[in-house]
Amino acid sequence: MAQIPPHPASWLRVTDRGLHVVPGDLYVDPARSVDRAVITHGHADHARPGNRAVLATSETLAVMDARYGNDAAKSKQALGYGQSVDIGDVSVRLVPAGHVLGSAQVVLDYRGSRAVVSGDYKRGLDPTCTPFEPVSCDVFITEATFGLPVFRHPHAGDEVAKLLRSVGLFPDRAHLVGVYALGKCQRVIALLRQAGYDRPLYLHGALIALTELYGELGVELGEVRPVADLTKEELKGEIVLAPPSAIADRWSRRLPDPVVCAASGWMRVRQRARQRGVELPMIISDHADWDELLRTIDEVDAPEVWVTHGREEALVHQVTLSGRRAQALSLVGFEEDAAE
Amino acid sequence: MTPFAELIERLVFCPSRNGKLRLLADYFARVPDPDRGWALAALTGGLDFPAVKAGVVRGLAVERVDPTLFGWSYDYVGDLAETVSLIWPERPGPNRVPTLGEVVETMQTANRSTAPALVAGLLDALDANERFALLKLITGGMRIGVSARLAKVALAQFGKVDTAEIEELWHGLTPPYEDLFGWLDGNAPKPNVEETAVFRPLMLAHPMEEGDRAAADPSAYRAEWKWDGIRVQVAARGGERRLYSRTGDDISGAFPDITEAMAFDAVLDGELLVCQDGEIQSFNRLQQRLNRKKVTGRMLDEHPAWVRLYDILFDGDEDMRSLAFDERRQRLEAWIEREGPSRMDLSPMIQFSDWQGLDDLRTSTENSAIEGVMVKRGDSPYVAGRPKGPWYKWKRAPQTLDTVLMYAQRGHGKRSSFYSDFTFGAWRPAEDGGRELVPVGKAYFGFTDEELAQLDKWVRANTTDRFGPVRAVSQELVLEVAFDSVSHSTRHKSGVAMRFPRISRIRWDKPASEADVLETLEALIAD
Repeated sequence: MAQIPPHPASWLRVTDRGLHVVPGDLYVDPARSVDRAVITHGHADHARPGNRAVLATSETLAVMDARYGNDAAKSKQALGYGQSVDIGDVSVRLVPAGHVLGSAQVVLDYRGSRAVVSGDYKRGLDPTCTPFEPVSCDVFITEATFGLPVFRHPHAGDEVAKLLRSVGLFPDRAHLVGVYALGKCQRVIALLRQAGYDRPLYLHGALIALTELYGELGVELGEVRPVADLTKEELKGEIVLAPPSAIADRWSRRLPDPVVCAASGWMRVRQRARQRGVELPMIISDHADWDELLRTIDEVDAPEVWVTHGREEALVHQVTLSGRRAQALSLVGFEEDAAE
Repeated sequence: MTPFAELIERLVFCPSRNGKLRLLADYFARVPDPDRGWALAALTGGLDFPAVKAGVVRGLAVERVDPTLFGWSYDYVGDLAETVSLIWPERPGPNRVPTLGEVVETMQTANRSTAPALVAGLLDALDANERFALLKLITGGMRIGVSARLAKVALAQFGKVDTAEIEELWHGLTPPYEDLFGWLDGNAPKPNVEETAVFRPLMLAHPMEEGDRAAADPSAYRAEWKWDGIRVQVAARGGERRLYSRTGDDISGAFPDITEAMAFDAVLDGELLVCQDGEIQSFNRLQQRLNRKKVTGRMLDEHPAWVRLYDILFDGDEDMRSLAFDERRQRLEAWIEREGPSRMDLSPMIQFSDWQGLDDLRTSTENSAIEGVMVKRGDSPYVAGRPKGPWYKWKRAPQTLDTVLMYAQRGHGKRSSFYSDFTFGAWRPAEDGGRELVPVGKAYFGFTDEELAQLDKWVRANTTDRFGPVRAVSQELVLEVAFDSVSHSTRHKSGVAMRFPRISRIRWDKPASEADVLETLEALIAD
């Protein structure tokens, strides 16, 4: 008689360090340093420094090296997409999540029972990373950053077209686009290139290292230059990218009457855009929107869904209405805005 | 609908006047008739769809979306039209996007029973931004920071004509303004609206500075009191009667007592005031009558309106604007003699021989309905806009108060990286027996760029708390605030409201404890 596979609830635990995979004694995206960690992607609230052994894609490890240097981890193991490794009795496989370069879902198999930890993911167009791949499972552990039905991201290409039209309309001003340093910055650059924009793009100093790393890892982004010493006159009509914290602060005073833009899923809500003093909101997100969350849950077809961070209650409500079991996991350490 | 939605989206977030003008002019150039005319009507408040109320919109959404999810979403977004526009389930399959003109025509035929289905059909055919524009359009109140005046300036820039020409035509035209756009495109003659009671742009004055007086020969100028009301144009032509504000807004509806008195054929320039028993009342009394669509009989009795006449633009068909001020003044006096209008009188002239003498009169008057004096060249024709030289306003010195800076907020546009909106307070007794500051006003001008940089730096270094774009600062810095007058207010915690407050000096030297008390401000209230 075949053995009944154990329910993932019996071998996955929520602890104050993060999600603990008990049989292999490893943690996924731990909030505090642990002996053995699997990291889904390089954003700071998922990849923290100071773990002893880290398993991740080679791109994620490269991002961690660039950010943390020697503190990244004591021992690092790279795993390619689709490859698996056994840790204790658990088999660990990394599958593309489509969030940023190197981002992965973690597929965990234990005695015939399978759980998939999505990490952060999206389903929309992104020339800088491998698209999300659905894997059927018993429990799907999903993010819910945009887990409300008001969040439906438009096509990223249309948002970039909006920016380019504005550049045409205000040739005597700079367009300053707020982007996160890892992922959003490079994706916006790649989308601009896809739209045929071939002028140099000007970067705030904080964006340069990771953009160069993308280049080294084979993502073609065209010519980028530091804003550093350019005059207002030279920056008229140009597109400048900077971290969100710089767009409405003193740093921006060096630019010629900038049109302040921001590329983020939060730009969907007008009050958010207004609070940040944004003149041209660009709704470009690296997270699944409401429809993508629901579609993904249908595709992986898990009878049970656990929701990690974001607007858990609405997603749990909707998934329950559709006849699956759903619950919110209270995981610590993830920030609402960190990766957007 | 797509270009209109895009325009609305850009205007909502655009902080600068020039940016808005460019967006509007670009839209007028790109979008064909009749859509651009309907957009113009929407922006200037010329469209009304009484069959659709906000409740209808909410009802439609709740029919299609789980009510629990709708509730959470509304709590999160905070605006009904925006929530519905975002949450509306998209219909799979290609929907042809209707034009703005089609939307307007559809909604104009709607009545209370057909409206819900028509709105739902339109929502199905639109994307999120277009749905938002639709809902704002049909439930009234675009509230996107575009005044009718700004829209007219944009039209003038687009058609390369003078804004005054647009203003003159404006009230004689109706949406979708195809005759206006035809003229601005250069394909049709200027629309003819001569015989109607349209708005003729006002002639405005510059503040009179020391240097202006030194350069001006007093004998070439005439003077009259500057009455503290609102400047209006009284236009009665071809049987139509209209009262316009300085910016050309039609305010006839709020002043039936004035329009009733307009039994003549003329266009006049004057000051709208409240006058009781022959006495001009303070501006605060007039304020009770402003910004109202309807007016009650009680309001008419308690605050009767009056117009003190400054000038005459038309006597019947005769356009007097090219005549000299002295000539127009004679004609105005003769006109009043002849017509004897009720609820109107003549603004008296002030006799003076030199600037010092006029200054003495200006500063010695105790009438709180007087704001200062107007100084006009005797040979000046009536020219639209604010030409430099012929007319000056010479206001009484403002009142000032030493206040303490309490909060600072980031500005907009070019000032978005600066803390440039300042809330300041005055002392009052606290419950614990000590003293506390209560906010008495907010100002965002009066300082130089250099002073702004200093204030910004000070705010950043002395922040005690943050609320979004607002910072609370330690209660140390004294700001001398100038203002024109002060009145009672139920909307402010302090119970007082200042008129035109501005930062007149930064008192780096003065300790906060020596700033003024609320009582001082209350004593200045003129009622």
